[in-house]
Amino acid sequence: MSAPATLPPAEVPPVEVSRPTARQRATARRTAATIRRRRLVNGFMVGLLVLAAVLATLPLVLILFHLLRSGASSVTLAFFTQLPKPVGESGGGMANAILGTLILVSLGCLFGLPIGIGAGLFLVERNGTRLATTVRFLADVLNGLPSIVLAIFAWNLLVRSVGHFSALAGGVALGAMMVPMVTRTTEEMVRLVPPALREAALALGYSRARTSLTIVLRTAMAGIVTGALVAIARVAGETAPLLFTAFGNQFASTALDRPIAALPLQIYTYAVSPYDEWHAQAWAGALVLIVLVLAISVTARTVTRNKFDARGGE
Amino acid sequence: MTAATLSAAPAEPAADGTGSIEAIGFSCFYGAKQALHAIDLAIPKRAVTAFIGPSGCGKSTFLRAMNRMNDTIPGTRHEGRILLDGADVYGASTDVVTLRQRVGMVFQRWNPFPKSIYDNVAFGPRINGERHRPTLDEIVERSLRRAALWDEVKDRLRESATGLSGGQQQRLCIARTLANDPEVVLLDEPCSALDPIATQRIEELLVELKRELTIVIVTHNLQQAARVSDRTAFFFLGRLVEVAPTQQLFTSPQQERTEAYVTGRFG
Repeated sequence: MSAPATLPPAEVPPVEVSRPTARQRATARRTAATIRRRRLVNGFMVGLLVLAAVLATLPLVLILFHLLRSGASSVTLAFFTQLPKPVGESGGGMANAILGTLILVSLGCLFGLPIGIGAGLFLVERNGTRLATTVRFLADVLNGLPSIVLAIFAWNLLVRSVGHFSALAGGVALGAMMVPMVTRTTEEMVRLVPPALREAALALGYSRARTSLTIVLRTAMAGIVTGALVAIARVAGETAPLLFTAFGNQFASTALDRPIAALPLQIYTYAVSPYDEWHAQAWAGALVLIVLVLAISVTARTVTRNKFDARGGE
Repeated sequence: MTAATLSAAPAEPAADGTGSIEAIGFSCFYGAKQALHAIDLAIPKRAVTAFIGPSGCGKSTFLRAMNRMNDTIPGTRHEGRILLDGADVYGASTDVVTLRQRVGMVFQRWNPFPKSIYDNVAFGPRINGERHRPTLDEIVERSLRRAALWDEVKDRLRESATGLSGGQQQRLCIARTLANDPEVVLLDEPCSALDPIATQRIEELLVELKRELTIVIVTHNLQQAARVSDRTAFFFLGRLVEVAPTQQLFTSPQQERTEAYVTGRFG
Protein backbone atom coordinates (compact mmCIF):
# COMPACT_ATOMS: atom_id res chain seq x y z
CA MET A 1 0.00 0.00 0.00
CA SER A 2 1.55 3.22 -1.13
CA ALA A 3 1.68 6.23 1.12
CA PRO A 4 -0.78 9.05 0.27
CA ALA A 5 2.07 11.54 0.19
CA THR A 6 3.43 9.99 -3.01
CA LEU A 7 0.26 10.82 -4.93
CA PRO A 8 0.69 13.62 -7.48
CA PRO A 9 -0.89 16.87 -6.22
CA ALA A 10 -2.99 17.13 -9.40
CA GLU A 11 -5.17 14.31 -8.07
CA VAL A 12 -6.57 16.38 -5.22
CA PRO A 13 -8.13 19.31 -7.11
CA PRO A 14 -10.30 20.62 -4.18
CA VAL A 15 -7.16 21.76 -2.40
CA GLU A 16 -5.82 23.44 -5.51
CA VAL A 17 -8.90 25.66 -6.16
CA SER A 18 -9.17 26.83 -2.57
CA ARG A 19 -7.58 30.17 -3.42
CA PRO A 20 -10.39 32.53 -4.58
CA THR A 21 -10.23 34.33 -7.87
CA ALA A 22 -10.38 38.13 -8.01
CA ARG A 23 -13.96 37.94 -9.10
CA GLN A 24 -14.89 35.72 -6.17
CA ARG A 25 -13.17 38.10 -3.79
CA ALA A 26 -15.14 41.04 -5.19
CA THR A 27 -18.40 39.11 -4.81
CA ALA A 28 -17.46 38.26 -1.23
CA ARG A 29 -16.78 41.94 -0.49
CA ARG A 30 -20.11 42.97 -1.94
CA THR A 31 -21.87 40.21 -0.03
CA ALA A 32 -20.25 41.30 3.21
CA ALA A 33 -21.38 44.88 2.58
CA THR A 34 -24.92 43.72 1.78
CA ILE A 35 -25.07 41.64 4.93
CA ARG A 36 -23.87 44.61 7.01
CA ARG A 37 -26.51 46.85 5.47
CA ARG A 38 -29.24 44.25 5.97
CA ARG A 39 -28.22 43.80 9.60
CA LEU A 40 -28.48 47.55 10.14
CA VAL A 41 -31.90 47.85 8.50
CA ASN A 42 -33.06 44.81 10.43
CA GLY A 43 -31.86 46.28 13.71
CA PHE A 44 -33.55 49.57 12.93
CA MET A 45 -36.88 47.88 12.10
CA VAL A 46 -36.78 45.70 15.21
CA GLY A 47 -36.08 48.85 17.20
CA LEU A 48 -39.17 50.54 15.71
CA LEU A 49 -41.33 47.55 16.56
CA VAL A 50 -40.04 47.42 20.13
CA LEU A 51 -40.79 51.12 20.43
CA ALA A 52 -44.35 50.58 19.16
CA ALA A 53 -44.85 47.73 21.60
CA VAL A 54 -43.57 49.85 24.49
CA LEU A 55 -45.80 52.79 23.50
CA ALA A 56 -48.78 50.45 23.30
CA THR A 57 -48.30 49.19 26.83
CA LEU A 58 -47.10 52.50 28.26
CA PRO A 59 -50.58 53.89 29.07
CA LEU A 60 -51.42 50.81 31.14
CA VAL A 61 -48.14 51.00 33.02
CA LEU A 62 -48.57 54.75 33.63
CA ILE A 63 -52.15 54.30 34.82
CA LEU A 64 -51.15 51.47 37.13
CA PHE A 65 -48.24 53.50 38.47
CA HIS A 66 -50.40 56.57 39.00
CA LEU A 67 -53.15 54.59 40.67
CA LEU A 68 -50.69 52.85 42.94
CA ARG A 69 -49.19 56.20 43.98
CA SER A 70 -52.54 57.91 44.56
CA GLY A 71 -54.70 55.05 45.71
CA ALA A 72 -52.53 52.46 47.42
CA SER A 73 -52.48 54.30 50.74
CA SER A 74 -56.29 54.27 50.90
CA VAL A 75 -56.60 50.56 50.11
CA THR A 76 -56.91 49.25 53.63
CA LEU A 77 -58.84 46.41 55.18
CA ALA A 78 -61.53 48.95 56.08
CA PHE A 79 -61.89 49.82 52.40
CA PHE A 80 -63.05 46.29 51.68
CA THR A 81 -65.13 45.75 54.80
CA GLN A 82 -66.77 49.08 55.71
CA LEU A 83 -69.57 51.11 54.23
CA PRO A 84 -69.05 54.69 53.06
CA LYS A 85 -68.95 57.21 55.89
CA PRO A 86 -70.97 60.46 55.69
CA VAL A 87 -69.17 63.49 54.34
CA GLY A 88 -66.70 64.96 56.85
CA GLU A 89 -65.93 61.72 58.64
CA SER A 90 -62.71 60.04 57.61
CA GLY A 91 -62.34 56.30 57.00
CA GLY A 92 -65.03 54.08 55.68
CA GLY A 93 -64.81 51.95 52.58
CA MET A 94 -66.57 50.65 49.52
CA ALA A 95 -67.71 47.23 50.72
CA ASN A 96 -71.17 47.90 49.31
CA ALA A 97 -69.80 48.89 45.91
CA ILE A 98 -67.51 45.87 45.66
CA LEU A 99 -70.37 43.56 46.61
CA GLY A 100 -72.69 45.41 44.24
CA THR A 101 -70.28 45.04 41.33
CA LEU A 102 -69.97 41.31 42.00
CA ILE A 103 -73.77 40.96 42.06
CA LEU A 104 -74.20 43.06 38.91
CA VAL A 105 -71.53 41.14 37.01
CA SER A 106 -73.04 37.83 38.14
CA LEU A 107 -76.44 38.98 36.90
CA GLY A 108 -74.83 40.07 33.64
CA CYS A 109 -73.32 36.59 33.25
CA LEU A 110 -76.64 34.98 34.06
CA PHE A 111 -78.31 36.85 31.21
CA GLY A 112 -75.41 37.29 28.82
CA LEU A 113 -73.55 33.96 28.83
CA PRO A 114 -76.35 31.50 27.97
CA ILE A 115 -77.68 33.76 25.24
CA GLY A 116 -74.22 34.58 23.89
CA ILE A 117 -72.94 30.99 23.89
CA GLY A 118 -76.19 29.68 22.45
CA ALA A 119 -76.17 32.27 19.69
CA GLY A 120 -72.50 31.56 18.91
CA LEU A 121 -73.20 27.85 18.61
CA PHE A 122 -76.17 28.62 16.41
CA LEU A 123 -74.03 30.71 14.07
CA VAL A 124 -71.74 27.73 13.45
CA GLU A 125 -74.42 25.03 13.30
CA ARG A 126 -76.61 27.00 10.93
CA ASN A 127 -73.77 28.71 9.11
CA GLY A 128 -74.77 30.12 5.73
CA THR A 129 -78.48 30.42 6.43
CA ARG A 130 -80.04 33.84 6.09
CA LEU A 131 -80.94 33.91 9.77
CA ALA A 132 -77.34 33.18 10.80
CA THR A 133 -75.99 35.92 8.55
CA THR A 134 -78.51 38.36 9.99
CA VAL A 135 -77.74 37.36 13.57
CA ARG A 136 -74.01 37.72 12.97
CA PHE A 137 -74.44 41.17 11.45
CA LEU A 138 -76.73 42.34 14.28
CA ALA A 139 -74.29 41.00 16.88
CA ASP A 140 -71.56 43.10 15.29
CA VAL A 141 -73.81 46.16 15.32
CA LEU A 142 -74.74 45.52 18.94
CA ASN A 143 -71.04 45.19 19.78
CA GLY A 144 -70.40 48.64 18.39
CA LEU A 145 -73.37 50.22 20.13
CA PRO A 146 -72.46 52.81 22.79
CA SER A 147 -73.06 51.30 26.21
CA ILE A 148 -75.26 54.22 27.23
CA VAL A 149 -77.72 53.14 24.53
CA LEU A 150 -77.90 49.68 26.05
CA ALA A 151 -78.62 51.38 29.37
CA ILE A 152 -81.57 53.14 27.75
CA PHE A 153 -82.79 49.76 26.54
CA ALA A 154 -82.58 48.29 30.06
CA TRP A 155 -84.06 51.45 31.55
CA ASN A 156 -87.04 51.32 29.21
CA LEU A 157 -87.55 47.64 29.84
CA LEU A 158 -87.05 47.38 33.57
CA VAL A 159 -86.91 50.82 35.18
CA ARG A 160 -89.60 52.88 33.51
CA SER A 161 -92.08 50.00 33.61
CA VAL A 162 -91.75 49.46 37.37
CA GLY A 163 -90.99 53.05 38.31
CA HIS A 164 -87.69 52.62 40.15
CA PHE A 165 -84.05 51.73 39.58
CA SER A 166 -82.92 48.17 40.32
CA ALA A 167 -79.93 45.85 40.35
CA LEU A 168 -81.84 43.66 37.91
CA ALA A 169 -81.95 46.45 35.32
CA GLY A 170 -78.20 46.99 35.77
CA GLY A 171 -77.55 43.27 35.31
CA VAL A 172 -79.63 43.20 32.13
CA ALA A 173 -77.74 46.19 30.76
CA LEU A 174 -74.39 44.49 31.45
CA GLY A 175 -75.71 41.20 30.06
CA ALA A 176 -76.83 42.93 26.87
CA MET A 177 -73.30 44.29 26.52
CA MET A 178 -71.81 40.82 26.99
CA VAL A 179 -74.07 39.01 24.50
CA PRO A 180 -72.41 40.15 21.24
CA MET A 181 -68.88 39.71 22.62
CA VAL A 182 -69.60 36.20 23.88
CA THR A 183 -71.49 35.32 20.69
CA ARG A 184 -68.58 36.18 18.44
CA THR A 185 -65.86 34.55 20.56
CA THR A 186 -67.99 31.41 20.94
CA GLU A 187 -68.46 31.32 17.18
CA GLU A 188 -64.72 31.70 16.55
CA MET A 189 -63.83 29.03 19.08
CA VAL A 190 -66.46 26.52 17.95
CA ARG A 191 -65.33 27.01 14.36
CA LEU A 192 -61.85 25.85 15.41
CA VAL A 193 -63.16 22.48 16.58
CA PRO A 194 -62.01 19.96 13.96
CA PRO A 195 -64.97 18.60 11.91
CA ALA A 196 -63.44 15.16 12.39
CA LEU A 197 -64.33 15.27 16.09
CA ARG A 198 -67.93 16.03 15.26
CA GLU A 199 -68.01 13.14 12.79
CA ALA A 200 -66.47 10.81 15.35
CA ALA A 201 -69.19 11.60 17.89
CA LEU A 202 -71.91 11.21 15.28
CA ALA A 203 -70.46 7.90 14.11
CA LEU A 204 -70.54 6.63 17.69
CA GLY A 205 -74.23 7.31 17.88
CA TYR A 206 -74.43 10.79 19.33
CA SER A 207 -77.38 12.87 18.24
CA ARG A 208 -76.52 16.14 16.53
CA ALA A 209 -77.72 18.29 19.41
CA ARG A 210 -75.78 16.26 21.93
CA THR A 211 -72.67 16.34 19.77
CA SER A 212 -72.84 20.12 19.69
CA LEU A 213 -73.60 20.57 23.35
CA THR A 214 -71.03 18.14 24.68
CA ILE A 215 -68.19 17.30 22.30
CA VAL A 216 -68.07 20.54 20.34
CA LEU A 217 -68.74 22.90 23.23
CA ARG A 218 -66.41 21.07 25.57
CA THR A 219 -63.59 21.09 23.06
CA ALA A 220 -64.09 24.79 22.54
CA MET A 221 -64.67 25.43 26.24
CA ALA A 222 -61.24 26.84 27.06
CA GLY A 223 -61.64 29.47 24.36
CA ILE A 224 -65.22 30.23 25.32
CA VAL A 225 -64.27 30.67 28.98
CA THR A 226 -61.52 33.04 27.90
CA GLY A 227 -63.99 35.01 25.82
CA ALA A 228 -66.45 35.12 28.70
CA LEU A 229 -63.78 36.35 31.11
CA VAL A 230 -62.68 39.04 28.70
CA ALA A 231 -66.32 40.14 28.40
CA ILE A 232 -66.66 40.13 32.19
CA ALA A 233 -63.50 42.18 32.59
CA ARG A 234 -64.86 44.59 30.03
CA VAL A 235 -68.29 45.13 31.64
CA ALA A 236 -67.01 45.10 35.24
CA GLY A 237 -65.57 48.55 34.66
CA GLU A 238 -68.53 49.99 32.78
CA THR A 239 -70.20 53.06 34.27
CA ALA A 240 -72.54 54.19 31.53
CA PRO A 241 -74.88 51.17 31.47
CA LEU A 242 -75.38 51.49 35.23
CA LEU A 243 -76.00 55.24 35.47
CA PHE A 244 -79.76 55.02 35.20
CA THR A 245 -80.33 51.32 35.77
CA ALA A 246 -78.48 50.24 38.92
CA PHE A 247 -78.16 53.92 39.88
CA GLY A 248 -75.86 53.38 42.87
CA ASN A 249 -76.53 53.11 46.56
CA GLN A 250 -74.69 54.46 49.61
CA PHE A 251 -75.89 51.56 51.71
CA ALA A 252 -75.27 47.84 51.65
CA SER A 253 -78.17 46.57 49.61
CA THR A 254 -78.31 43.16 47.97
CA ALA A 255 -81.96 43.36 46.96
CA LEU A 256 -82.24 42.78 43.23
CA ASP A 257 -85.29 45.04 42.85
CA ARG A 258 -83.63 48.03 44.56
CA PRO A 259 -80.86 50.37 43.45
CA ILE A 260 -77.47 48.83 44.08
CA ALA A 261 -73.97 50.24 44.44
CA ALA A 262 -71.23 49.50 41.89
CA LEU A 263 -67.52 50.29 41.92
CA PRO A 264 -67.47 52.34 38.71
CA LEU A 265 -70.50 54.35 39.84
CA GLN A 266 -69.01 54.94 43.28
CA ILE A 267 -65.71 56.02 41.72
CA TYR A 268 -67.54 58.43 39.45
CA THR A 269 -69.61 59.91 42.30
CA TYR A 270 -66.59 60.29 44.57
CA ALA A 271 -64.25 61.64 41.91
CA VAL A 272 -66.58 64.49 40.94
CA SER A 273 -67.28 65.37 44.60
CA PRO A 274 -65.54 68.32 46.25
CA TYR A 275 -64.22 66.35 49.25
CA ASP A 276 -60.59 65.25 49.58
CA GLU A 277 -61.42 62.08 51.55
CA TRP A 278 -63.77 61.04 48.79
CA HIS A 279 -61.10 61.70 46.15
CA ALA A 280 -58.73 59.36 48.00
CA GLN A 281 -61.45 56.75 48.15
CA ALA A 282 -62.08 57.14 44.42
CA TRP A 283 -58.38 56.51 43.70
CA ALA A 284 -58.47 53.43 45.86
CA GLY A 285 -61.65 52.24 44.15
CA ALA A 286 -60.05 52.71 40.74
CA LEU A 287 -57.02 50.73 41.87
CA VAL A 288 -59.17 47.88 43.18
CA LEU A 289 -61.20 47.86 39.97
CA ILE A 290 -58.19 47.72 37.70
CA VAL A 291 -56.55 44.99 39.78
CA LEU A 292 -59.81 43.04 39.59
CA VAL A 293 -59.93 43.40 35.81
CA LEU A 294 -56.25 42.46 35.51
CA ALA A 295 -56.83 39.39 37.68
CA ILE A 296 -59.71 38.29 35.47
CA SER A 297 -57.60 38.77 32.34
CA VAL A 298 -54.71 36.80 33.80
CA THR A 299 -57.13 34.01 34.75
CA ALA A 300 -58.44 34.04 31.20
CA ARG A 301 -54.88 33.57 29.96
CA THR A 302 -54.25 30.65 32.28
CA VAL A 303 -57.47 28.89 31.38
CA THR A 304 -56.45 28.84 27.72
CA ARG A 305 -53.56 26.53 28.49
CA ASN A 306 -55.58 23.36 28.38
CA LYS A 307 -54.03 19.98 29.10
CA PHE A 308 -56.21 18.17 26.54
CA ASP A 309 -55.86 20.60 23.71
CA ALA A 310 -57.59 19.19 20.63
CA ARG A 311 -55.18 20.92 18.30
CA GLY A 312 -52.05 19.84 20.15
CA GLY A 313 -50.42 16.46 20.13
CA GLU A 314 -50.12 14.31 17.04
CA MET B 1 -70.01 -18.54 -16.27
CA THR B 2 -69.88 -15.02 -14.92
CA ALA B 3 -73.30 -15.20 -13.37
CA ALA B 4 -72.58 -18.61 -11.91
CA THR B 5 -69.32 -17.44 -10.35
CA LEU B 6 -70.93 -14.37 -8.84
CA SER B 7 -73.81 -16.27 -7.35
CA ALA B 8 -71.48 -18.94 -6.04
CA ALA B 9 -69.53 -16.28 -4.16
CA PRO B 10 -69.87 -16.44 -0.36
CA ALA B 11 -72.47 -13.68 -0.32
CA GLU B 12 -75.16 -14.91 1.99
CA PRO B 13 -78.73 -13.73 1.81
CA ALA B 14 -79.38 -10.76 4.04
CA ALA B 15 -82.13 -12.47 6.02
CA ASP B 16 -79.91 -14.79 8.03
CA GLY B 17 -77.68 -13.65 10.88
CA THR B 18 -76.68 -10.09 11.78
CA GLY B 19 -74.40 -7.62 10.12
CA SER B 20 -75.08 -8.32 6.50
CA ILE B 21 -75.75 -5.37 4.23
CA GLU B 22 -77.46 -5.24 0.89
CA ALA B 23 -77.85 -2.25 -1.37
CA ILE B 24 -80.66 -2.32 -3.90
CA GLY B 25 -80.63 0.27 -6.67
CA PHE B 26 -78.99 2.79 -4.36
CA SER B 27 -78.22 6.21 -5.82
CA CYS B 28 -76.89 9.23 -4.01
CA PHE B 29 -76.82 12.89 -5.02
CA TYR B 30 -74.87 15.88 -3.77
CA GLY B 31 -77.14 18.68 -4.88
CA ALA B 32 -77.51 18.24 -8.63
CA LYS B 33 -74.47 15.99 -8.95
CA GLN B 34 -75.13 12.28 -8.90
CA ALA B 35 -72.39 10.55 -6.91
CA LEU B 36 -73.73 7.01 -7.02
CA HIS B 37 -75.70 5.32 -9.80
CA ALA B 38 -78.07 2.52 -8.77
CA ILE B 39 -75.66 0.40 -6.76
CA ASP B 40 -76.66 -3.23 -6.24
CA LEU B 41 -74.29 -4.88 -3.82
CA ALA B 42 -74.50 -7.53 -1.14
CA ILE B 43 -71.96 -7.39 1.64
CA PRO B 44 -71.62 -10.70 3.47
CA LYS B 45 -71.41 -10.83 7.23
CA ARG B 46 -68.22 -11.86 9.02
CA ALA B 47 -65.99 -11.08 6.10
CA VAL B 48 -63.87 -8.20 4.90
CA THR B 49 -65.19 -6.43 1.84
CA ALA B 50 -62.89 -3.91 0.18
CA PHE B 51 -63.99 -1.01 -2.01
CA ILE B 52 -61.42 0.08 -4.56
CA GLY B 53 -61.47 2.63 -7.32
CA PRO B 54 -59.92 5.95 -8.30
CA SER B 55 -60.59 9.09 -6.25
CA GLY B 56 -64.07 10.49 -6.65
CA CYS B 57 -65.55 7.18 -7.79
CA GLY B 58 -68.14 7.14 -5.01
CA LYS B 59 -66.70 4.44 -2.77
CA SER B 60 -66.49 6.71 0.29
CA THR B 61 -69.94 8.10 -0.46
CA PHE B 62 -71.34 4.59 -0.51
CA LEU B 63 -69.51 3.71 2.70
CA ARG B 64 -70.86 6.79 4.44
CA ALA B 65 -74.36 6.01 3.18
CA MET B 66 -74.34 2.72 5.07
CA ASN B 67 -74.44 4.41 8.47
CA ARG B 68 -76.03 7.58 7.15
CA MET B 69 -73.06 9.82 7.82
CA ASN B 70 -73.96 11.56 4.56
CA ASP B 71 -77.00 12.95 6.38
CA THR B 72 -74.66 15.47 7.96
CA ILE B 73 -73.73 16.95 4.58
CA PRO B 74 -76.34 19.50 3.49
CA GLY B 75 -77.91 18.90 0.09
CA THR B 76 -77.49 15.12 -0.09
CA ARG B 77 -80.36 12.88 -1.09
CA HIS B 78 -80.71 9.29 -2.13
CA GLU B 79 -82.82 6.83 -4.03
CA GLY B 80 -83.09 3.09 -3.59
CA ARG B 81 -82.49 1.13 -0.43
CA ILE B 82 -79.70 -0.13 1.78
CA LEU B 83 -80.75 -3.05 3.94
CA LEU B 84 -79.03 -3.92 7.20
CA ASP B 85 -80.21 -7.42 8.09
CA GLY B 86 -83.21 -6.86 5.87
CA ALA B 87 -84.26 -3.50 7.35
CA ASP B 88 -83.88 -0.31 5.32
CA VAL B 89 -81.35 1.98 7.03
CA TYR B 90 -83.14 4.96 5.46
CA GLY B 91 -86.53 3.62 6.54
CA ALA B 92 -88.89 5.72 8.62
CA SER B 93 -88.61 3.38 11.59
CA THR B 94 -84.81 3.44 11.63
CA ASP B 95 -83.28 5.43 14.44
CA VAL B 96 -80.08 6.93 13.09
CA VAL B 97 -78.42 6.94 16.51
CA THR B 98 -79.02 3.21 17.00
CA LEU B 99 -77.96 2.58 13.41
CA ARG B 100 -74.61 4.28 13.93
CA GLN B 101 -74.01 2.26 17.06
CA ARG B 102 -74.65 -0.95 15.10
CA VAL B 103 -72.63 0.26 12.13
CA GLY B 104 -69.48 1.87 13.48
CA MET B 105 -67.07 3.93 11.46
CA VAL B 106 -63.34 4.62 11.46
CA PHE B 107 -62.12 7.59 9.48
CA GLN B 108 -59.15 8.26 7.27
CA ARG B 109 -57.81 10.83 9.67
CA TRP B 110 -57.78 9.45 13.21
CA ASN B 111 -59.95 11.62 15.38
CA PRO B 112 -59.71 10.77 19.07
CA PHE B 113 -61.49 13.20 21.37
CA PRO B 114 -59.24 15.52 23.37
CA LYS B 115 -59.85 13.38 26.43
CA SER B 116 -58.02 10.56 28.15
CA ILE B 117 -57.53 7.20 26.45
CA TYR B 118 -60.02 5.63 28.86
CA ASP B 119 -62.67 8.28 28.28
CA ASN B 120 -62.33 7.90 24.54
CA VAL B 121 -63.10 4.19 24.67
CA ALA B 122 -65.79 4.57 27.33
CA PHE B 123 -67.49 7.30 25.29
CA GLY B 124 -69.94 5.07 23.42
CA PRO B 125 -71.00 2.90 26.38
CA ARG B 126 -71.45 5.99 28.51
CA ILE B 127 -73.94 7.61 26.16
CA ASN B 128 -75.87 4.36 26.26
CA GLY B 129 -76.24 4.93 29.98
CA GLU B 130 -73.50 2.62 31.23
CA ARG B 131 -72.32 4.22 34.48
CA HIS B 132 -71.23 1.17 36.42
CA ARG B 133 -67.50 1.58 36.89
CA PRO B 134 -66.34 -2.07 36.86
CA THR B 135 -68.44 -2.75 33.77
CA LEU B 136 -66.91 0.27 32.02
CA ASP B 137 -63.43 -0.87 33.04
CA GLU B 138 -64.14 -4.26 31.54
CA ILE B 139 -65.52 -2.82 28.30
CA VAL B 140 -62.52 -0.51 27.95
CA GLU B 141 -60.04 -3.34 28.51
CA ARG B 142 -61.84 -5.72 26.18
CA SER B 143 -62.15 -3.11 23.43
CA LEU B 144 -58.50 -2.10 23.71
CA ARG B 145 -57.47 -5.76 23.62
CA ARG B 146 -59.58 -6.39 20.55
CA ALA B 147 -57.92 -3.40 18.91
CA ALA B 148 -54.48 -4.82 19.88
CA LEU B 149 -53.67 -1.68 21.82
CA TRP B 150 -54.09 -2.78 25.43
CA ASP B 151 -50.49 -3.74 26.14
CA GLU B 152 -49.22 -0.42 24.84
CA VAL B 153 -51.56 1.82 26.80
CA LYS B 154 -52.66 -0.12 29.88
CA ASP B 155 -50.39 1.94 32.15
CA ARG B 156 -51.44 5.29 30.72
CA LEU B 157 -55.20 5.06 30.38
CA ARG B 158 -55.63 8.41 32.11
CA GLU B 159 -53.30 10.25 29.79
CA SER B 160 -54.44 12.31 26.85
CA ALA B 161 -55.23 10.34 23.72
CA THR B 162 -53.61 13.00 21.58
CA GLY B 163 -50.19 12.01 22.97
CA LEU B 164 -50.27 8.63 21.21
CA SER B 165 -48.57 7.95 17.88
CA GLY B 166 -50.66 8.11 14.72
CA GLY B 167 -51.01 4.34 14.45
CA GLN B 168 -51.94 4.07 18.11
CA GLN B 169 -54.51 6.84 17.76
CA GLN B 170 -56.07 5.03 14.80
CA ARG B 171 -56.25 1.78 16.78
CA LEU B 172 -57.74 3.76 19.65
CA CYS B 173 -60.43 4.97 17.26
CA ILE B 174 -61.06 1.35 16.29
CA ALA B 175 -61.26 0.40 19.99
CA ARG B 176 -63.66 3.27 20.56
CA THR B 177 -65.88 1.95 17.77
CA LEU B 178 -65.65 -1.63 19.10
CA ALA B 179 -66.73 -0.48 22.57
CA ASN B 180 -70.17 0.14 21.09
CA ASP B 181 -70.29 -3.57 20.20
CA PRO B 182 -71.16 -2.91 16.55
CA GLU B 183 -72.11 -5.57 14.03
CA VAL B 184 -70.49 -3.77 11.14
CA VAL B 185 -67.36 -1.63 11.07
CA LEU B 186 -66.80 0.73 8.15
CA LEU B 187 -63.25 1.94 7.58
CA ASP B 188 -62.58 4.86 5.27
CA GLU B 189 -58.95 4.55 4.15
CA PRO B 190 -57.84 3.85 7.72
CA CYS B 191 -54.18 3.40 6.82
CA SER B 192 -53.58 6.07 4.23
CA ALA B 193 -51.72 8.29 6.71
CA LEU B 194 -49.86 5.52 8.53
CA ASP B 195 -46.42 4.04 8.08
CA PRO B 196 -46.06 0.43 6.83
CA ILE B 197 -45.61 -1.08 10.29
CA ALA B 198 -48.68 0.63 11.74
CA THR B 199 -50.55 -0.36 8.58
CA GLN B 200 -49.56 -3.98 9.02
CA ARG B 201 -50.84 -3.98 12.60
CA ILE B 202 -54.21 -2.63 11.51
CA GLU B 203 -54.44 -5.18 8.73
CA GLU B 204 -53.72 -8.02 11.16
CA LEU B 205 -56.35 -6.56 13.42
CA LEU B 206 -58.96 -6.59 10.64
CA VAL B 207 -58.29 -10.25 9.91
CA GLU B 208 -58.82 -10.95 13.62
CA LEU B 209 -61.97 -8.89 13.82
CA LYS B 210 -63.73 -10.39 10.81
CA ARG B 211 -64.37 -13.56 12.81
CA GLU B 212 -66.99 -11.60 14.74
CA LEU B 213 -67.80 -8.59 12.58
CA THR B 214 -68.67 -7.49 9.13
CA ILE B 215 -65.92 -5.22 7.88
CA VAL B 216 -66.03 -2.87 4.93
CA ILE B 217 -62.84 -1.02 4.04
CA VAL B 218 -62.26 1.67 1.47
CA THR B 219 -58.70 1.68 0.28
CA HIS B 220 -56.53 3.21 -2.38
CA ASN B 221 -53.94 0.58 -1.76
CA LEU B 222 -54.62 -2.38 -4.03
CA GLN B 223 -52.13 -4.58 -2.20
CA GLN B 224 -54.00 -3.86 0.99
CA ALA B 225 -57.30 -4.89 -0.58
CA ALA B 226 -55.65 -8.06 -1.83
CA ARG B 227 -54.13 -8.82 1.58
CA VAL B 228 -57.06 -8.28 3.90
CA SER B 229 -60.30 -8.65 1.99
CA ASP B 230 -62.42 -11.64 1.08
CA ARG B 231 -64.42 -9.78 -1.53
CA THR B 232 -63.53 -6.70 -3.48
CA ALA B 233 -65.83 -4.22 -5.18
CA PHE B 234 -64.49 -1.96 -7.90
CA PHE B 235 -66.18 1.43 -8.27
CA PHE B 236 -65.72 3.77 -11.17
CA LEU B 237 -67.46 7.09 -11.85
CA GLY B 238 -70.18 6.40 -9.31
CA ARG B 239 -70.95 2.94 -10.65
CA LEU B 240 -70.20 -0.45 -9.27
CA VAL B 241 -68.23 -2.03 -12.08
CA GLU B 242 -67.51 -5.42 -10.62
CA VAL B 243 -67.66 -7.30 -7.36
CA ALA B 244 -66.06 -10.70 -6.86
CA PRO B 245 -64.03 -12.74 -4.43
CA THR B 246 -60.79 -10.81 -4.05
CA GLN B 247 -58.58 -13.51 -5.52
CA GLN B 248 -60.73 -13.68 -8.60
CA LEU B 249 -61.09 -9.94 -9.04
CA PHE B 250 -57.34 -9.46 -9.06
CA THR B 251 -56.39 -12.50 -11.13
CA SER B 252 -59.23 -12.85 -13.62
CA PRO B 253 -61.41 -9.77 -13.65
CA GLN B 254 -64.48 -10.02 -15.87
CA GLN B 255 -64.58 -6.38 -16.84
CA GLU B 256 -62.00 -4.64 -18.95
CA ARG B 257 -61.98 -1.52 -16.76
CA THR B 258 -61.39 -3.60 -13.65
CA GLU B 259 -58.44 -5.26 -15.29
CA ALA B 260 -57.04 -1.93 -16.41
CA TYR B 261 -57.33 -0.58 -12.86
CA VAL B 262 -55.90 -3.55 -10.95
CA THR B 263 -53.01 -3.87 -13.35
CA GLY B 264 -52.24 -0.21 -12.90
CA ARG B 265 -52.99 0.96 -16.40
CA PHE B 266 -55.09 3.83 -15.07
CA GLY B 267 -56.24 5.35 -11.82
